[in-house]
Amino acid sequence: MKSAKSLLDPDGIRRALTRIAHEILERNKGTKDLVLIGIRTGGAHLARRIQSEIKAIEKIEVLLGVVDITLYRDDLSERGPQAKIRETEIPFDITEKKVVLVDDVLYTGRTIRAALDALIDFGRPQSIQLAVLADRGHRELPIKPDYIGKNIPTSQGETVEVRLTEDGHLQDDLVVLPSEEKP
Amino acid sequence: MSVEWNRKDLLGLRDLTIEEINLLLQTAKSFQEISLRPVKKVPALRGRTVANLFFEPSTRTRISFELAEKRLSADTINLVGASSSMVKGESLKDAARNIEALKVHIVVMRHSASGAPHRLAPALKASVINAGDGINEHPTQALLDLFTILEKKGKLAGLKVSFIGDILHSRVTRSNIWGLTKMGAHVTVCGPKTLLPAEIEKLGVHATTNLHEAVQDADVLNLLRIQLERQSESFFPSIREYANSYQINREILKEAKPDVLIMHPGPVNRGIEITSDVVDGPFSVILDQVTHGLAVRMAVLYLLSGGKREGEE
Repeated sequence: MKSAKSLLDPDGIRRALTRIAHEILERNKGTKDLVLIGIRTGGAHLARRIQSEIKAIEKIEVLLGVVDITLYRDDLSERGPQAKIRETEIPFDITEKKVVLVDDVLYTGRTIRAALDALIDFGRPQSIQLAVLADRGHRELPIKPDYIGKNIPTSQGETVEVRLTEDGHLQDDLVVLPSEEKP
Repeated sequence: MSVEWNRKDLLGLRDLTIEEINLLLQTAKSFQEISLRPVKKVPALRGRTVANLFFEPSTRTRISFELAEKRLSADTINLVGASSSMVKGESLKDAARNIEALKVHIVVMRHSASGAPHRLAPALKASVINAGDGINEHPTQALLDLFTILEKKGKLAGLKVSFIGDILHSRVTRSNIWGLTKMGAHVTVCGPKTLLPAEIEKLGVHATTNLHEAVQDADVLNLLRIQLERQSESFFPSIREYANSYQINREILKEAKPDVLIMHPGPVNRGIEITSDVVDGPFSVILDQVTHGLAVRMAVLYLLSGGKREGEE
């Protein structure tokens, strides 16, 4: 069993999200036209938490959506049976909105590319910003986050996981798993 | 972990497991939302080609498949009976092989011969979707019927579903029987004796010639079109007599449950198997069926376009 190294404890994750919420409000000068859209599934949970952080600060509930990017993947159908599709729920018009896209771990940037394509199909936002809890580097596309919880230098073989209580974990955790031993 | 789709083809509901039917219905649920977006198109099947081979006339199934393919960004080619080389005597297999030589990924096929897609599927690398074969199966229609019931009733198990009309020639009913009985629903088939296949009760359904029996206690009434073009053999004395005994109208619906659903695969013969006011009435979910058909066919196309399967290099 490989050992997981924890990089952020539950309090660390909470503080990072609080800071991101403040940064979002500062950059956008409040909540006017602001909407949050989380990428299923990890990003959706984090977007919901950022929404409540913003509510605690500004007493305003910003709109929240969820996007499933499976149908926009660039490796769809190269990987065996089709991935399970889950619903995209953006129950509002994003045109002229300032969209903050939320994901848990930023790696190659391909997920974000897919999410951007999906969002454009829903309307023409004023701007799209990107918030991630962890940026582990190794980008393969020209994508840069606007809000970062923690920068994590990694090697490509390692795996970075955000474990949240919403997904049934006992407590929030941000872990790095070492490379699989080659047999 | 949930079940994965590992089949090359969708030929009927007869061979599917409960888990596979559930996966299809759940996937369709997720695809529903795409048709509500401003841009009703996703790139999932970009670069894939789908051939629609309709050797038998069809309007709604064909346009539903075609729209589903377009909304998934697939390229489509259409071959409709009269315009095809089938009339020049080319065999089914030769026609399909030629299409495969064009590197088509999925073949959607309707044919008047029962079992035609089952014969074709093993000969092709492409996936085959049965869009209706003779009087055998019409799996996507049954899936959209199941989906519609699920949307409206929230469940399938324990419900009573009655099929009324020309059961003998109905591939829709056969596919529905396989699907509904697997999902735990109780099926009744009802029609004149000449249109009830012998031994249909061996499929686990109740058969009756008494319309009142089929209507009372039913949660869903699925009406079948009286196929006027098939009536040359005269299975009943006259259309008027059929309507007198088996028409669903306001009068007979007084015996039905207050929340009964009226379904019909279309096209409707208003005034024959169903009256106009019932088609447009509060119990009718006939247009919902059409909308759901699109989501179901997108789900089927998506799942069948998966990558390498077991046994492939």
